[in-house]
Amino acid sequence: MTTTKAKVVYSPVFTDGAEFRIPTFKLLKQDGSLFKGAKAPDLDKEKALRIYRAMVTTRILDERMLAAQRQGRLSFYMQCTGEEAAVIGSAAALDDADMIMAQYREQGALAYRGFSIDEFMNQLFGNELDYGKGRQMPVHYGSSKLNYMTISSPLATQIPQATGYAYGQKLAGDGHCTITYFGEGAASEGDFHAALNMAAVHRVPVIFLCRNNGYAISTPATEQFAADGVAPRAYGYKMDVIRVDGNDILAMHEATKAARRLAVEHNRPVLIEAMTYRLAAHSSSDDPSGYRSKDEEAVWREKDPILRMRLWLERKKWWTEDDEKQLQENMRREVLETMKRAQKRPPPALDTLVSDVYDEVPPALAEQFDKLKAHIRRHPDAYPKSAEHAKGTAKEGGLK
Amino acid sequence: MTQMNMLQAINNALDTAMAADERVLCFGEDVGIFGGVFRATSNLQQKYGKSRCFNTPLVEQGIIGFANGLAAQGSVPVAEIQFADYIFPAFDQIVNESAKFRYRSGNLFNVGGLTIRAPYGGGIAGGLYHSQSPEAYFAHTPGLKIVVPRNPHQAKGLLLAAIHDQNPTLFFEPKRLYRASVGDVPDEDYRLPLGEAEVLKEGTDVTVLGWGAQMEVIEHAVEMAEKEGISCEVIDLRTILPWDVETVANSVFKTGRLVVTHEAPLTGGFAGEIAATIQERCFLYLESPIARVTGMDTPFPLVLEKEHLPNHLKVYEAIRSSVDF
Repeated sequence: MTTTKAKVVYSPVFTDGAEFRIPTFKLLKQDGSLFKGAKAPDLDKEKALRIYRAMVTTRILDERMLAAQRQGRLSFYMQCTGEEAAVIGSAAALDDADMIMAQYREQGALAYRGFSIDEFMNQLFGNELDYGKGRQMPVHYGSSKLNYMTISSPLATQIPQATGYAYGQKLAGDGHCTITYFGEGAASEGDFHAALNMAAVHRVPVIFLCRNNGYAISTPATEQFAADGVAPRAYGYKMDVIRVDGNDILAMHEATKAARRLAVEHNRPVLIEAMTYRLAAHSSSDDPSGYRSKDEEAVWREKDPILRMRLWLERKKWWTEDDEKQLQENMRREVLETMKRAQKRPPPALDTLVSDVYDEVPPALAEQFDKLKAHIRRHPDAYPKSAEHAKGTAKEGGLK
Repeated sequence: MTQMNMLQAINNALDTAMAADERVLCFGEDVGIFGGVFRATSNLQQKYGKSRCFNTPLVEQGIIGFANGLAAQGSVPVAEIQFADYIFPAFDQIVNESAKFRYRSGNLFNVGGLTIRAPYGGGIAGGLYHSQSPEAYFAHTPGLKIVVPRNPHQAKGLLLAAIHDQNPTLFFEPKRLYRASVGDVPDEDYRLPLGEAEVLKEGTDVTVLGWGAQMEVIEHAVEMAEKEGISCEVIDLRTILPWDVETVANSVFKTGRLVVTHEAPLTGGFAGEIAATIQERCFLYLESPIARVTGMDTPFPLVLEKEHLPNHLKVYEAIRSSVDF
């Protein structure tokens, strides 16, 4: 039985939703001043600078690591360039204990939470200190201490997981919520729809943050959906929704703060559509010149979210050219030094091949591992990364 | 004849099929103007228009469901899944729908025109989700055909056969060889038989069996073994489902030994099915246990992928052990 109490008509009436026009929330102009009528946000200097530093860190890390990929130091990289405000503005509006379940372009949220450059580098180089034990491609970060779920490459799988995680938070009653990030392309996956519907039905404290950056690899948003963006879908699930200028750090922060209140205080899930642009290629394996023009990119380069925030900070007298110069220099130096250090570290030990498949290594796998080690001992030159680790049997090696 | 790499051969096969029959359509994520992330569908949209070669929204179950409907209607869809690792949202459409369409309707309806292309396999620093070989999941599903080419010539001939075959067919492309494998490819339309293995080299001491990218690994391993005087018979299975038992059994009758290798994990891998069938057929002829050289029973790693993969050294050692048993 449906609970719809719609009025009845006696001839066919079709509706196409055109009456719903979702506005875009903005606060900050590109010159760093507020729009007329925009309310100054509740953001103190300390927090504003924490946000700004995370944005600059992300940009510098992205520039340097793409260059490192081009030099052959790294196998792969993905930049967040142009989307820093959408990611960091939203993450900064949360409690640091709230859960983040990201897609793969949200390194800014981790930078904001305090992931160190060393921690970034150890994952990127898959060395012995990588929390993920060298198993995943670069940019698949995770941090349990910073409440940042380890990234999974398959798209949209994290979205219904976020609904489930947040339902658990609701039951635990600890006043926390989950935010999940995804692109407008991933929002086409079935998992997106399942996640929103379940969140609305079960009244789950989860924030769905769609980075509508215009492209899913080469596919423009215009070939991804016929509708006016992703936001209108929320109506179908009876969910609160807001569309925000994703390059406006203040609007992103303000909108997410309000969304968090709805989620945590009223158990109302929220969809936020951040309108932004993927200035970078999809990944280091991609070349956008095959599907979009430089002119189009130039339009969005003018809307740089980091410069916009910097101009606002300067107007507030919270930031100077000297501060900028110092931050840039320090960060570039740290990134470079840290990269060299991480690259020199040895790879994870050989037993990371078989650990964590289960809580304990099953006997059949332990046997496979022993055979592998015996094989490596016979051909040490063919396995330079692991020849030293190939001594002894699983039992002797204290395999857990 | 034109020299092509495997991507060019696949592109050429699609071009050939689309030129010959306007019912043939190519679609998937990024396959339109961009020509796919590997460029297998380059220039097809420019040549045949947006209605026959197009980008889909990013939804694998949608792509295959849509393709099932198209095939039922009488079109000839060639759907691309960007990586075989991302085929699983479409598992229901493939396993419960594509595979059972004909059977459940008493042959009133079928999706025989459907071909699903997906790059598979490791060795490209792709980690967990750009490296998997999922053929065994689908090999457990009667109603599907599964085909894996080893080089450009095979890729074009087998893909054209898959497109024209009257059964839903999964075509797994060894992406490690996309640009690395180069060879002469006929310019015309030609079709290689599905369901038939190919004996690439005759030998008397041991049969070495594989498919796809693993054939290159076998070639190196066999070179090592032959230097030591071991005569190897090499077979490319080519079609995983339904597989060519006769060719493999006849070879093992002769050699008395079998080594099977694939990248997918050992447990539940297709080598297990081959070993079970061949020991039934050839029990009294076997001189040694059938050996499986495979990936380990773990997810696909990144930094230690070389250790994980069944490389030529491991295949060589298995050949050696089989002969020395």
